[in-house]
Amino acid sequence: MIDVRAAIVRAHHDEWARVVAALARRFGDLDIAEDAAAEAFATAVERWPVEGVPRNPGAWLTTTASRKAIDRLRRENQRGEKQMQAQMLADDASDPYTIDDDRLRLIFTCCHPALAMETRVALTLRLVGGLTVPEIARAFLVQESTMGQRISRAKAKIRAARIPYRVPSADDLPLRVSGVLAVLFLIYNEGYLPTGADSDPLRPGLTAEAIRLARLIHALLPEEGEAAGLLALMLLTEARREARVSPKGELVSLAEQDRRVWDAAFVAEGHALVRERLASGKAPGRYQILAAIGAVHTSARTFRETDWSQVVALYDQLVRLDPSPVVALNRAIAVGELDGPQVALALVEPLGDALAGYHAYHATRADLLRRLGWTEAARAAYAAAIGLAGNTAETAYLARRRDELG
Amino acid sequence: MQYLISVIDDGQSGTDVNDPAVQAEMAAVDAFNDRLRAEGNWVYANGLAGPETATVIDNRGDAPIVTDGPFVESKEYMAGFWIVEAPDLDVALALATAGSKACNRKVEVRPLHGPEGEA
Repeated sequence: MIDVRAAIVRAHHDEWARVVAALARRFGDLDIAEDAAAEAFATAVERWPVEGVPRNPGAWLTTTASRKAIDRLRRENQRGEKQMQAQMLADDASDPYTIDDDRLRLIFTCCHPALAMETRVALTLRLVGGLTVPEIARAFLVQESTMGQRISRAKAKIRAARIPYRVPSADDLPLRVSGVLAVLFLIYNEGYLPTGADSDPLRPGLTAEAIRLARLIHALLPEEGEAAGLLALMLLTEARREARVSPKGELVSLAEQDRRVWDAAFVAEGHALVRERLASGKAPGRYQILAAIGAVHTSARTFRETDWSQVVALYDQLVRLDPSPVVALNRAIAVGELDGPQVALALVEPLGDALAGYHAYHATRADLLRRLGWTEAARAAYAAAIGLAGNTAETAYLARRRDELG
Repeated sequence: MQYLISVIDDGQSGTDVNDPAVQAEMAAVDAFNDRLRAEGNWVYANGLAGPETATVIDNRGDAPIVTDGPFVESKEYMAGFWIVEAPDLDVALALATAGSKACNRKVEVRPLHGPEGEA
């Protein structure tokens, strides 16, 4: 019995996106694909414990889901039999030059630039990730009905405006891939640093889902360096997850983390990806540089042994790619470890206008002022950071630091 | 499938036909229209007279009510439109992207209902 349940969970994990994607191509409708896939899994829950787990669960689920979809089309009887046949075949001719995986088509449709970012996130988690609407609603702290509507409207727009179900042309691919990666990064970050006053400090379900989707994209597009970079970045960040929040629910800074708790398997996998990208000799994008920075951190046995000059050099590279004040702030933090807080503060102060509303700006200033012994200025900066921080663990950490000023 | 590409004027572009910038826009729009015809995407296109020329009629009640001016007062208004034939939204968006550049204005893309009323 337990084996059957495990088989269903595994099948959901491995086959959901494949089933939805295959049906979406066959029937040309995401709504039909999603409902039929959900029905097929519900049928599996009923029948597998009685009849046993089929030898090829994916094929069984796809066949069952197809039957459910045909039943629904017949029931609705909106389209004549002939039309239905035509529709089922319409998208069957796939372009020979595109990457032939339905899941990739599904991902690009869910992450289409004509959809709002929050909609892309929700659709991707539902249709590719297989999360339920209540699960997604919980993860983003919105009402179930709101999330359900968001997903329904998106599917209606895809149908009405005819957002295509295909992998973009080679010309559009780089931009569209970066759009997909942005969606996955947002899902990861929302799991890693959730916002909201009473939210859990971490949502491991969401980070795990983001990593699973990043693995899928990397497997489907092995030539895309940034897809590998994003996966590596997530793995090297996720490796530190357990060490990042104390048992009291307080954020633990990188300097104070117990490095023995870091997940060695994630670190090794992340390092291997970073090395692979370095060996490619191709100019790295943003995610690859961030992953390389993560690799430097996770290579050091202690905080003091961190190769800060390497970290600063990587941030220099990132600044050339993305001269935004947030990148400049993170670079300044690394400079602070290399050249001391005074030098770093001189780099941080000019960012005040641009980052006045960003808690990390105030937290960074507070830390530098504290190290310089400027207690009153540090206290004010901590207060500003606490006022803006949205994550409960981070607020707790900042409050402790402030109280320790004496 | 047909799409309506509405041209949105937000007051940032010139309207004086003697202005060389406006003349350049008009030439670019002509060239874009030629391309639409040549590639089979053309259905119809035209510019609209300004919103100050609009009249609104509401004849749902006992007597028609005539109001001077557009139905919604806003800084942005529809200055013209294309109706294009395109197989899917990606193609329509690519056309709209070129159209926006040609007319030097924002554009909005919306699908038209099909002949069978398909949404």
